[in-house]
Parts: sequence; structure tokens; C-alpha cells
Amino acid sequence: MRLKRSLLWCATALLPFFAGRQAVAQEDLLRTTAEPGIRGGKLVIAQRSEPRTFNPVVAVDQNSYGVNARLQADLIHINRATQKTEPALAKSWTVSKDGTVFTLKLRRGLRFSDGQAFDADDVLFSFKVYLDEQVHSSQRDLLMIGGKPVNVEKLDAYTVRFTFPSPYAAAERVFDGLAILPRHLLEKDYQEGKIGQDWTLNTPPEKIVGLGAFRLKQVVPGDRIVLERNPYYWKIDAKGQRLPYLDELTFLVVPTQDAQVIRFEAGDSQIISSLSADNYAVLETEQKAWHFKLYDAGPGLEYNFLMFNLNSDIESRLPEIARKQKWFRDVRFRQAVSSAIDRAGIVRLVYRNRAAALATHVSPGNKAWFNSSIPVPVRSLPHARELLKAAGFSWNADNTLLDSGGQPVEFSIVVASSNSQRNQIATLVQADLKAIGIAAHVVPIEGRSANDRLLNTHDYEAIVMGLVSGDADPTPDMNILVSNAQTHVWHMGEKTPATPWEAELDQLMQKQLVTPNYQQRKKIYDRVQEILAQQLPMIYLASPNILVGAQENLGNFHPAIIEQYTFWNAEELFWHPPAGK
Amino acid sequence: MNAPTPAFSGLRSTKFGSKLTWAIWFLLVVHAVVVLAGFVAPYSFETQEREHPYAPPTRLHFVDCSGKFHFRPFVYVTKASENDLNEYQQDCSQPAGIEFFAQGDRYTILGMFTSTRHLFGVQSPASLFLMGTDGFGRDQFSRLLYGGQVSLFAGFVAAAFSALAGLLLGGIAGMYGGRVDDMAMRFAEIFITIPWFYLLIAVRAFLPLQISPLTAFLLVVSVIGIVGWSRPARLVRGVILSARERNFVLAARGFGASNAYLLKKHLMPLTFRVLLTQMAVLIPQFILAEVILSFLGLGIGEPFPSWGNMLAQAQQYHVLVSYWWMLLPGLAPVPVFLAYHSLAETLQERIKSYI
Repeated sequence: MRLKRSLLWCATALLPFFAGRQAVAQEDLLRTTAEPGIRGGKLVIAQRSEPRTFNPVVAVDQNSYGVNARLQADLIHINRATQKTEPALAKSWTVSKDGTVFTLKLRRGLRFSDGQAFDADDVLFSFKVYLDEQVHSSQRDLLMIGGKPVNVEKLDAYTVRFTFPSPYAAAERVFDGLAILPRHLLEKDYQEGKIGQDWTLNTPPEKIVGLGAFRLKQVVPGDRIVLERNPYYWKIDAKGQRLPYLDELTFLVVPTQDAQVIRFEAGDSQIISSLSADNYAVLETEQKAWHFKLYDAGPGLEYNFLMFNLNSDIESRLPEIARKQKWFRDVRFRQAVSSAIDRAGIVRLVYRNRAAALATHVSPGNKAWFNSSIPVPVRSLPHARELLKAAGFSWNADNTLLDSGGQPVEFSIVVASSNSQRNQIATLVQADLKAIGIAAHVVPIEGRSANDRLLNTHDYEAIVMGLVSGDADPTPDMNILVSNAQTHVWHMGEKTPATPWEAELDQLMQKQLVTPNYQQRKKIYDRVQEILAQQLPMIYLASPNILVGAQENLGNFHPAIIEQYTFWNAEELFWHPPAGK
Repeated sequence: MNAPTPAFSGLRSTKFGSKLTWAIWFLLVVHAVVVLAGFVAPYSFETQEREHPYAPPTRLHFVDCSGKFHFRPFVYVTKASENDLNEYQQDCSQPAGIEFFAQGDRYTILGMFTSTRHLFGVQSPASLFLMGTDGFGRDQFSRLLYGGQVSLFAGFVAAAFSALAGLLLGGIAGMYGGRVDDMAMRFAEIFITIPWFYLLIAVRAFLPLQISPLTAFLLVVSVIGIVGWSRPARLVRGVILSARERNFVLAARGFGASNAYLLKKHLMPLTFRVLLTQMAVLIPQFILAEVILSFLGLGIGEPFPSWGNMLAQAQQYHVLVSYWWMLLPGLAPVPVFLAYHSLAETLQERIKSYI
């Protein structure tokens, strides 16, 4: 009896192994080109806060994206190192001549992390969910072209056809991050209208299933999220070894960057992302002694800027700001402010020379789209004064700038108090503007309050803030640059372009969206950057370098300038054995 | 019949006299230096030497690089390394002697006297940073002096406001008693229970953006003062309650003196010792309140310094571990608080010996 039970145990234990072996023979696996590594080990990464949800349909925050991208997989993926698209769950694809029809061949024999098979029905289900208006998925906007949805059809169990309403230059990139959902688990909840409430932090880990490199093992609220290796993952290395290498991946909640640095120094986490230049300088001296390595990946996609309130809906509500908008709307005033700002000083003092001064919102880190012919403005007080004079401003004996009505030029600069770099930028700008007679008052306020003023109440005069583009492609910029976009931050709720240059921006951005040829698109986008550099709806200041660090024996660690900077290839990361072993 | 004792009489004659004198002189000197910050400080609080971020305190020399001794102290021109902004090198070929009554940034004292002469300084391109610089290359010593104007006078103004309000309301409550007393004291108790810190945060959040940082700061100081009046009021009320039954007060009332006359001529003077002691206790408390508020970013804003917002920079890990001179503003209030506490203790003992 005991022998029988032992045999039964052995058979049960070996079943997944043999099942796995059999599956490998049938599976259409992706062979990576990364350095082959060694299985085993754990990796801890610190994050500012825990993810809000494990549900990729409703996730909107970076922490959720970071964790969910490890649990889920997409059809076509953007390689963060090359910034180019590459096959993922879709093995290959073809595009029609007019650029509207994409036919994707899916990998065969793949399984979700619970062992259930994946096929075209899962893809159809996923896109049905994303496109459903009732679900309120943020991904829906990406799949609506000119107000029309992309059409998804199943050609066979492993072939899917996507038909876009019009040519869409960035269509391939749209698939990145769109997780393919397990129909067998979520279809019932979707039909009952409850899919938005699925996969919260309270859901039992075994109920959260995906095609990602890891699966959920444990959630300790407010402290950590532990992921374990997905044995059904569909990538192998050059030696045929199934990825991921790591047995466990932990996201540790460490709320401040300073605390993250201390935990990293203490060895509690092995990767540190988004270091400030100051903390980078501190850690730099300890690299050898503590066996970690720091990386400067160069300017990222974040751009920091000073922006004036150009909204037109405040005249009756906020007359004092409306009065000052006469200055703000004059391009010569904005150009004079830009000319008075010492961008080199910002780069040196705030970022310790680990940043790039900007002329537009596209940083030099975005090599494919950066317009290198636009010079970065160099501080010139005489030029600033000339521009102000031409715009009808004058100075009194105390060097105070006066407008044409004799009123002193004075305004407040709102900045989120939690961001020390932007506070420093605001202080430097304040000192720079004083040199041309402008009294600027820096007002640090809580981040959410600053966002509320920017997006809802429009109760601000000027603001120093930063935005991070989610992709190197110009398409995400549509949300900011097109006049009727939801986050057209300098003039919200603009139904038609308020100025001729905004009308031109609209035309150019729409044109680049439907132009498949890269060279032609680049030409169009270069013109967009020229207009922005000339009209300065935002006065672009600096783009900080992506500064990260990791233990020196972490293999395949290749930081990128697109989120998630350090663990975008978590499935390829592995631990080198200690020296001498 | 006991005659009222003048407020300051006999202070020097007690055994506490020397301690008191020392405390008063120290505080007078500190406040005078702070009032004259524009003259004493070599730079303006907002002057940014952008080539010198986080420069360590400048070294004063009497012996030059060749080993030669000089009676007049001097400094060398320093320059940050191209590769490492934390590394400053002295240029032995460019010495600069310390000058008294040197020309420098324009300043105004008490809004009346404007000048460009400073007590001491050095000629450009040399710099004199006695306590190093912050991340913008601003002289910490100069900012510490200017910051004292904000921190010290915030405490003083708020405490004076509290004492005045306490004197008025406590005096009326003690004099009239009955319902007036009940109402005034319940009102005071409500103020004692208000969590002042959260009130200040709320008040700061409600202030419009358009007012200057100084106005915002004065409003916050007013709130500190308004919330702090109840304690002196209760003490004043106690003194008046006991004094109004004394013979000389009853005699004056018998001669037809009005309540207002009695308060002004006979009772208020008796409260001065208590109020002085209270002031000596409240001022450091309120200085600390301002330092905490500024430390948390709720006090005065950039570029104006206060001891709190200067110390706030040390919240950052890299500042804490790399630049020790950035912690000096945290030490500045210590001798001031010790002096005020010494003053309060001496006055307290004086009152006891008087009673």
C-alpha cells in the first residue's frame, strides 16, 4: 500500500516534467539571442509603490505596468534596447500594400501559466474586451483610429487579421503592452460586466494567469509582490534552455528614492532604477567596494519644461491670470523667457551634467526622431531684452519689467513639491528671470493638487513639470500636441486650433500618423519640432539621463531609455556564479 | 496694603542676575547681527555662484603655498573639477586677501538704509564661503544670517501677538469674572485643543498662489500666534483674579476707580512678570514651529531662507552623507533656545522669590 502510494507520488511529481518535455517538442518557441544564462536564484527590485491592480485591462499606473508586463505577454513587442518591434506571441505578420490590414500568425502549442492552451480565440477575446466602451480600458484609445475601431477577425486557430480603418504608421507598436487575456478564466466575468473588478491585489495568486515569464506567487500588502517562474513560458535561449532563468522575482515597496538607495546599498534589492544624478554620485564612489555597477544610459524620453497658462476658459473665473495671459500669449514674451533661462546651469546644477539641454520635447536619446538641426537656446540676456522691447515691454529704474500698461511683470511658478529636481529647476528659472526684471514666485504644492490645477481648474500662471513619453515613436505625442487632444496641456479643451501654428501642428501630426515611410515621417516630425521650438507653447529645458544600477554579477542586464528601464528583459536576467566557483 | 512692584525692578540684585544678564546680552547680540545681516553677510541670500555648487567652507590662510606667513588672512580662488563637481581645487597663483568694508551685493537694512558695503569680503574671482554653499552655489553663512531674520522674528512676532491677545482676554476674564470669565476660558480651552500643526497645513493650502512668499509666511505666523494666546490668557486671568481682591485694589475701587482704570493702573502691571516669562517660553516654541513648517515646505518659499528650509535640504540622502556643512543650520537654533530657556528660568525664579 505504502509502495503504491510512493509510486503514485513519483508519477504525480514527474508528470509536469514529462508533460513539459512533450510540450517543448510541439511548442513554437521563440529563441532569444541573449547570452545563455544559468537557472536559479532570486532577484529583488525596489518600486515606489505597489501596483494598483494585476488587471492589464484597467491598469493605468507605471507600477502596475511593470509587474503586469512580467505576468502577461503581447503579440508584437518593442525591444527596449533597439527601440524596434519584434515578434512575441505573433510569430510573424504581413501588412497589406495600403498599410491597413495586418495578418498575424500566432505561435502554436503555447500555454498560459495555469497550463491551458493559447489560441486565436484568446486574442479575439482580449481585443473585444479592450474595445468595449463599457470596460473603460485605457488601451481603447490606441485601437480607435479617427473614431473608428480596429476590426479583429479569426482566420484560423492560429491566424488573426487586424483591419485598421485607415493607414496607421505605428500600427505594429500599438500591439506592445496589449496583454493577451485567458479567455477560459475571464470570459464569464466579462459577460457579466465584472471584468474591471477582476485580478485585484486580494485575488488568490493562482487565479491570476498569463503568458508572461513569471506568475504570481505571493502578495504582502504594502510590502512586496513575489513572482515565480512560469514553467510554460515560450522563450528559450541559444542552448535551448527555457526562460526565465530566475526562480523568483520580487518587487519590494520602498516609497522614496533615498530609501531605495539605502536598501540597495544594504543589499536588500539588487537593481535600482531612476537614480537622481546626486544619488548616482554618492553610489559611484562605492561601486567597487560593494560589488555593484552603475550605468548611465544617456538622455531618456522625459522632458522637463516651463509652461504658461494659455487656457481660454478662465477669463471670468480667474481675471488676474487672464490679465497676465496677454503676456503669455505673445510669442516674443515666451521666446524672451526661453532666452533668459540658463539651460546649461540646469544641466550642471540639477543633473550634475547627466542630462541634455532641450530645444524641443524630443531628447537626443530618441535617436530615430530627434531633430539635430534645431539648436538648443543659449542664455542671452541682451536677446531676451530685445524681444521684450519689441513686444512693448519696458523697465523702470529698479530694473523691474513693466508691460505696455505700466504694470510690473510678476507671476507664480507652480511645481510639485515632491520632485526635488523640478523644485531646483524652478528656483534657477526664478533667479534667471530676475535678471530681466521679472518677479517669479516659486510655489511648491502637492503633486496631485498641481495636476488638478493643470488639468481641471486651470488655476495657475506658470508651471514647471515633466512628461515621459511611453514610446520613442511620435504617435503618443498626439495626446499632447493635437489641439483637441485630452491632454493638450497648454490649452485644454481647445475644440479648434486657436492659432495658425497649432492648425499646422494638427495637420502634421495627423499626416505622420498615416505615413508609412520612415523618411517621410521623419521629415514631417522634424517640422513639428521646428514649430515647437519657434512657438514655445512649452519652454523645453532638460532631459535627464537614465541612471540605474545593479549587482555586478547580474547577467544580461541592459538598461534602456524606455520604461521599464532595468527589468524590461527580466526573463533573460540571470546570476553569474561567484568568482572562483 | 501691598504696592505694585515695577516689572523689571530688582532683577540685577538677585543671585540670578548674572545668568539673566548673560542671556539678555547674548540674545541682543544675536538679534542685532541678524537685523544687520545685509552688512555682516558677505553675499546676498539669493546670489547664486553657479560655478560653486556644494562648495565646502572656504579655507582661510595665513601661510601661502610657498610657506610664507602673512598677517592678513587670505583665501585662494577655488574651482570645481570638470569631472567631479564635489572636488574643488585651490589655485595657488590667485590669492585674495580678506577685506573689511568690502564692496558687494546691494542690501537694505530695516527697509531704510541701502548700501553695498559689507563687513568683510574678498575680491572676485575669489569667493568667501565661511559655511560652504548649497546646491545653487549660495553662501550658507549669508543665508543663515538672513534666515535668522525670518526664524527669530517669526517667533518674536507670534509670541508678542499671543501675549497681547492673552493679556486682553485674560485681563477681561479675570476682572469681570462670572459669565464673561466662563465664556472667555471655554473659548481659550477650544483653542488649546486645536491641533495647530494641521490647522497650519490647512491654512497654508487655502492661501492663494498669487500672494508673495513673505505674505504667506506672515499669515502662517499669525496663525501660530492666534492659536498660542490661550495659555498666557489663563495665566493672566489667574493673576488678575487674585490681585483684584487685594487691599490696594479694593481701596482704589472704594475711591470710585472704574474697572478700566483698575485694569490699566493697578492690575495689568502685575501681569508683566508672568507675561515676560511666558514670552521667553513661547518665543523658542514658535521659532521651532516656524523651523518645522519651513522644514516641511510649508513656511517661507524660495529664494528666501529660513533655518527650517535651509535644513530641509539635508532631508536628501546625498546631502546628508556628502556635505556636512549643510547640517549647520540645524545647530543655529540651539544656543538661541538655550538663552531663551535660561531667561525664562531666571524670570520664573524671580517671580517665585517675589511671591
